[in-house]
Amino acid sequence: MLKECMKMAWSNIIHNKMRSFLTVLGVLIGVSSIIALITIVQGATGSITSQISSLGADKITIQAMGTRLKQGLSEKDLEQLSLVNNVSGVSPTVSGKTALVYKRNVKTDVSVQGKNNVYFNKELDSLARGRGVNVLDVNNKNQVAVLGSDLAKELFWGDEPIGQHLLVNGNTVTIVGVLKESSGSIMGSTNDIVIMPYTSAMKTLGVRNITNVDVYMSDANKSESIINDVTTILNSAFNYRENTFTVLNMQNIIDVIGNITGMLTLLLAGIASISLLVGGIGIMNMMLVSVTERTTEIGLRKALGAEPAQIQLQFLIESIFISLFGGLLGLIIGLLIAIVASILMKFSFTITAWTIILAVGFSAAVGIIFGLAPARKASRLNPIDALRHV
Amino acid sequence: MSEILNMQDIVKRYSLDAEELVVLNKINLKINEGEFVSILGPSGSGKSTLMNILGCLDVPTSGKYILANNDVEDLDERELARIRNKEIGFVFQSFQLLQRLNALENVELPMIYARVSPENRRKKAMAILERVGLAEKMNNYPNQLSGGQQQRVAIARSVVTEPTILLADEPTGALDQKTGQQIMQLFKDLNAEGRTIIMITHDTNIARYSKRIVNILDGHLSEGAATNAERVYENGMEQYHS
Ligand SMILES: Nc1ncnc2c1ncn2[C@@H]1O[C@H](COP(=O)(O)OP(=O)(O)OP(=O)(O)O)[C@@H](O)[C@H]1O
Ligand SMILES: [Mg+2]
Repeated sequence: MLKECMKMAWSNIIHNKMRSFLTVLGVLIGVSSIIALITIVQGATGSITSQISSLGADKITIQAMGTRLKQGLSEKDLEQLSLVNNVSGVSPTVSGKTALVYKRNVKTDVSVQGKNNVYFNKELDSLARGRGVNVLDVNNKNQVAVLGSDLAKELFWGDEPIGQHLLVNGNTVTIVGVLKESSGSIMGSTNDIVIMPYTSAMKTLGVRNITNVDVYMSDANKSESIINDVTTILNSAFNYRENTFTVLNMQNIIDVIGNITGMLTLLLAGIASISLLVGGIGIMNMMLVSVTERTTEIGLRKALGAEPAQIQLQFLIESIFISLFGGLLGLIIGLLIAIVASILMKFSFTITAWTIILAVGFSAAVGIIFGLAPARKASRLNPIDALRHV
Repeated sequence: MSEILNMQDIVKRYSLDAEELVVLNKINLKINEGEFVSILGPSGSGKSTLMNILGCLDVPTSGKYILANNDVEDLDERELARIRNKEIGFVFQSFQLLQRLNALENVELPMIYARVSPENRRKKAMAILERVGLAEKMNNYPNQLSGGQQQRVAIARSVVTEPTILLADEPTGALDQKTGQQIMQLFKDLNAEGRTIIMITHDTNIARYSKRIVNILDGHLSEGAATNAERVYENGMEQYHS
């Protein structure tokens, strides 16, 4: 019976090609806009959050402007921070700009950052060659440096920089490592910086205070209690004065972005759903016309023994066919739009099973919801009236 | 011979505005297996109304109608559909073939609702179309067939499920005289093969092909001149021509 119903539905769809096509178009536009919007928003969100997590979802960033009396964090504060539960390490960053000299080459305005051993432990794969800053470098204020990849190329022209000596702000510094080329992120790249032990960097750059510290968490799920403890330490360090520091958790930012884009997805999908609704009304309209046109046929089928449920099924299958067809085409076109957008906007493109289930499910539901009333109307036709209708 | 349908005091009333219209007034009718009955009456006498009730397309206002041991009053929509499918074959004045299906598919239609397997459907439909002389035209669509041929397809469709009765409402009404005769001959042959036929007509000459005539006038039934009918039936052709 189902097979016959499908055959009948198909023959009717084929028989009214133009009308069926236009109705399919209605659903197609609805489904494709939903799919395209959701995929684009998800893709864009994915690329933003992955950029942010590449900055470290497992760390808390502290910016301490401090008070007039205490303009930054002391060694003791760092030590206290490193003792907080579930903290695996603390990495201060001091930064400044200065001139580099290698042989005859002079580069001005080079960004120099002071880091510690914790940083290189955590970001092990940031090193291309050589070694990073170690504990001894930090403790002994060793004049060593790790070069960004572009800087290494510019100064050494393919020669091995490791073991060579540079003048950083007039101090002789030994190069111990070279960083990998980084693709760069919204926070800038590390390709043309020099990293030194923060202790020696402070001396070289004349920086007296540590204002930037990354606190690495051993368990990112405990971020809340860690932030609490960190805040307590910082508060006591700055005498409970307001606006002396900020504590930033990458995960929080990711969560906020996730919330915003989640709402954006819902909003856009909601707007796109309106076009699907219009498509559904198109189906209903077409089916109602179809029922009226085929009144005699329905009457005849009933006279020949079609049960109301069988008539209903026949018409319902027809509307489901139309909407599924629109749904599948809409899925394909929506994904094509998303692919083009992903190329133009440079984000990675992913098709989830959900997208497909959503498209197929939504369109089938539209077919059923908007096909039901016409199908019921057909099944309830009085066969005598229907047969008389010529 | 066994009785296949029995109508007792069937009344059909329509209320139009304030007025009441009694279309069928206490109809009593018994029909046995193998009969060929004409229901003869002028226009507006209630023939089609009676046929609709006989065919379970409509239910009477009051009265008892037993069809093949089923009390029609007790049946719901779905069961009525089953009864129509199983017990009744309809032949309409305007053929009522689906234009989008060819002759073979039109004949297969009632078997779909009888849940006959596709292979059996095809086999039976081909056999019955051969029987009505349309072996060559099985794949023609209705608009590729003459009126007489279309009515043959409709007749093939009505008997393919081997119903208890074949109900025909003015089956020759849309055909010319000669084609009408051929259709009546087909009915006669089907009846000779044992098929029970009830035919509705306003044409006395057509009614004479049957074995029994029942007259209907203003909603009342009366048995017609059966002897005369029998005699004409024997040499129906000559009578029809004169
Ligand atoms: N649904 C209805 N509502 C009201 N009156 C109806 C209805 N159907 C039929 N009638 C009336 O019942 C009467 C009999 O109609 P019916 O169709 O049975 O006549 P008939 O004998 O078949 O006539 P014809 O030979 O012209 O087909 C007519 O007067 C008609 O107006
Ligand atoms: Mg009539």
